[in-house]
This record gives sequence, C-alpha cells and structure tokens, in this order.
Amino acid sequence: MAATPIQLDEHGRLRHFLTIENLPRELLVEILDHAERFTVVGDRAVKKVPLLRGRTVVNLFFEPSTRTRTTFELAAKRLSADVMNLNIEASATRKGESLSDTLRTLEAMDTDMFVVRHQDSGAPEFIARQVAPGVSVINAGDGRHAHPTQAMLDVFTIRRHKPAFEDLRVAIVGDITHSRVARSEIHALKILGVPDIRVVGPKTLLPTAIESLGVGVFHDLDEGIAGVDVVIMLRLQQERMQSALLPSGHEYFHTYGLTPARLKRAARDAIVMHPGPINRGVEIDSAVADGHQSVILQQVTHGIAVRMAVMSMVLGSHAQAA
Amino acid sequence: MPKTTDDLDVEALIATMAERLAQRIAARELADPALVGIRTGGVWIAERLRRLLDLDAPLGELDIAFYRDDFSRIGMHPTVAPSTLPFEVEDRNLVLVDDILYTGRTIRAAMNEIFDYGRPRTITLAVLIDRSGRELPIDANVYGTRLRLGADDHVKLLGPDPLRLEFCARRS
Repeated sequence: MAATPIQLDEHGRLRHFLTIENLPRELLVEILDHAERFTVVGDRAVKKVPLLRGRTVVNLFFEPSTRTRTTFELAAKRLSADVMNLNIEASATRKGESLSDTLRTLEAMDTDMFVVRHQDSGAPEFIARQVAPGVSVINAGDGRHAHPTQAMLDVFTIRRHKPAFEDLRVAIVGDITHSRVARSEIHALKILGVPDIRVVGPKTLLPTAIESLGVGVFHDLDEGIAGVDVVIMLRLQQERMQSALLPSGHEYFHTYGLTPARLKRAARDAIVMHPGPINRGVEIDSAVADGHQSVILQQVTHGIAVRMAVMSMVLGSHAQAA
Repeated sequence: MPKTTDDLDVEALIATMAERLAQRIAARELADPALVGIRTGGVWIAERLRRLLDLDAPLGELDIAFYRDDFSRIGMHPTVAPSTLPFEVEDRNLVLVDDILYTGRTIRAAMNEIFDYGRPRTITLAVLIDRSGRELPIDANVYGTRLRLGADDHVKLLGPDPLRLEFCARRS
C-alpha cells in the first residue's frame, strides 16, 4: 500500500498513526523517547497521569484481540482518558457504508480518538480520511498491511537492550507473508538504521519479492539466525497449518522451531522476542520462551508505554500552535 | 531593554537560599528532608543545595510535562529525562526546588505529580527567584531574591556550569 501523507500535519507532527512506512527517523526516535518517560508511570503508587483527562478514546475492533486491545485500553486509562471498547463482528458485505455509519454515530458522541483493528488492509486509513479535523486514528493492526504500535514496542524493547542500531543483526522468523507485524518491523528497523535484517521461513510463508524491502532471505533457520543479536519469532496461525501451506505443527517445530540448541547459533547475548500469543512447541520451545534470553513479557509492559506515547503525540498534534 | 544582571550572582543567591532553608528546617523540625528539583533549572539548584546543606537523602528529579495545564494549547513538550524520586514519598518532608517562581502553574503541576507517588508529610517550596506575576495562590517559603518584573520581562536560568541568569524583554 502507498504511503499515507495524511499521517502528518502541516508542521510534520503525527496526527494519525497508520503505518511506519515513510515516517522520518526523528519521529520514530521521538516516539521511543516519549515512551521512555512513560515507563516510570507504571512503577508509581498512582499509575496514572492527567494528560488526556476528559478525552474519549474508542477501541474499534473488527477482529478479535486480547493483548493489543487491553494494552491500548490500559494506556488510555493511564493517561486518564475515558475508554469505550467496541467489538464489531464485520462480515465482508458490511464494509464501506456501514463502517462510515458506525463512525458518524461514534463521532456524534464526541470521540477524540479511534483505535482501529480490522481484517482488511487499509481500513484504518479509510476511517482516518473520514473523521473530523480534531479526531485521530491509530492503527491497531489491519489485514496483512501494518501493525505500527507493535513494531514500535519491539524496537523500543530492542533499544533498551541494544541501543546501537547501526551495529545490529536482526532475524524475523516464521510466517512473513501473513504478518503485518513483520512488515511494520522491517520498516521500523530500516528507518532506524539497522544494517542487517533477515527474514527466515519456508518458501510458502515468505512473500515473493520480499528482498525489495532490503532484507536478507533465508529458508534455513540455523543459517538465518547465525550471529544475530535479536531473534523475533512470529506466531504461526493455526489456519496456516490446516491449509496446504504447511504439513503440521510438529513438523514445523522440527524445521523452524526455536530450541535452546538452535539459539546457541545466535550471538551469546542475543535476545528473543515474540509478539504473542505464543504457540509453545510450534514456533518456540518453552525453554526458550521462558529462558533468560527471552524478553517476551517485557514487550507487553513496553507496549503500554509506547501506546501512551503515540496516543499523547497524536492528540497533542491538535493543539493550536502557540 | 536587556537589564543588567551584574548584581545577581547565582551562586551567592543559592548560598542565601541554603541559609534560609537550613533555618526553616531547624525551626520547623523537618526530620530527614529530601530535595526534589524540577527539571531542568530546579535540579541544578537542588544539587547545589543538597551539597551545601549536607543532606543524606538522594535527590529527586521531576519532569512535570504530563501534569502541565497547557496540553490542549501546546501539545507534548520536548523530551527530557523521566521523573525519578529515589525515596519513599509517603510521610516524607520534601523540599520542592525550582529556578523561577512566576505564574505558579509549574508548582501546581509538580505538587500534583508528587502526590501520585505518595502523601508527603510536608512540602516546602524553595526558589532561586521569586518574581511577580502569580496567577495561582502559591508562594515560596524560601527564595534567593525577589524581583518585580513586568509581563513582558523574562528571566531564565542558564547552566549547569556556570549558572547564570538571562534577562530579556519580549512583547507577548
């Protein structure tokens, strides 16, 4: 999908957050720096700041989600905003117009921000083009297109452990074709200057022409993770195994599952990440998921701070330039 | 019309603050007080006060950006380091330190933030310069000096080494 200049206002401030693609490096760093300030809020007696007091945030989820929705909800609440959760079962025939109608109804309730997850790529942008000038939209995952806050919390977690992006080797392992997380991660890592980004997976799960994004392509896991500083394991969707793309979960684990023995091929101090929820024994061994190199639970905690940063930046962009 | 700053020696003003603060701590019997500086200027002054008063408690540093009342007018403020209060706030005698006390809005924001860490026993406000122009009912307990300035006169602390004051007149 093409870049979306509607993300930025005329001063270059982030008005909507729809995709990482084509955002300037300084803006990504600004998100990470703001997130760093928000992490301390979670350590205090009162885990709340009054920044978005009186604002209304609507979590508009057309696709089921637990982790993403709850961390967005918690982020908004820690900013003192009021939050509504709407889980909408949308069928293919109820797109377009019904989406616009839903939107108008919610706007009439003076909503300040929509956090949108949708099974169709481009739905959050469609909504962003419809909303009133003072309203912001954040993409919480659309189709195979993008999941920008997940990518930002991943690079935030990486920066906390390995701040020198210019020396980093990162492997993303698994179902790249169907992964909006992988796509957004690749963009974020590229923009932040990571020189060695690899995708690892079976041919059936790697998109054709993925090299054009500037990544190395590997079909062999041992080869792909050799010497890397960061291993990002992707969740293998159950439906992929039911389709003809893969033989079985057991066989996938045998070839692409991350075990303690395999992890030894990465750098000694490599960190292991996963966007969750994890399939133990399918893409990752429990000993790795719960091991000392795993930062999977830190990713969840960081997700709150990163979402607080993005939410306050987009709503802050509507301030009258003083 | 830049004013002369020759007669305002910042280190001498901080020495005055330290003296007055020590008197107040003694008179009020404020046990084991902890200094909390407001970033950035307040932290520079608090560091010096802590040395001059030989206090045991570590220095607290506040970034009040999330508590400001101008978010809907200005948006997010540029990044500074996050707040750190490396001690128990509950039931503590705190000394809040800032460089310039002007409208009082910064102090309002700082006190709101402090209470999200716990309920202090007391808060004493110590400022380098207590200037005119208050918009909220907030007053300094300890100050280096007082200045009567117009709404277009601005004073700013530059630092950290050396600390000096910059005056300028700006039409608002």
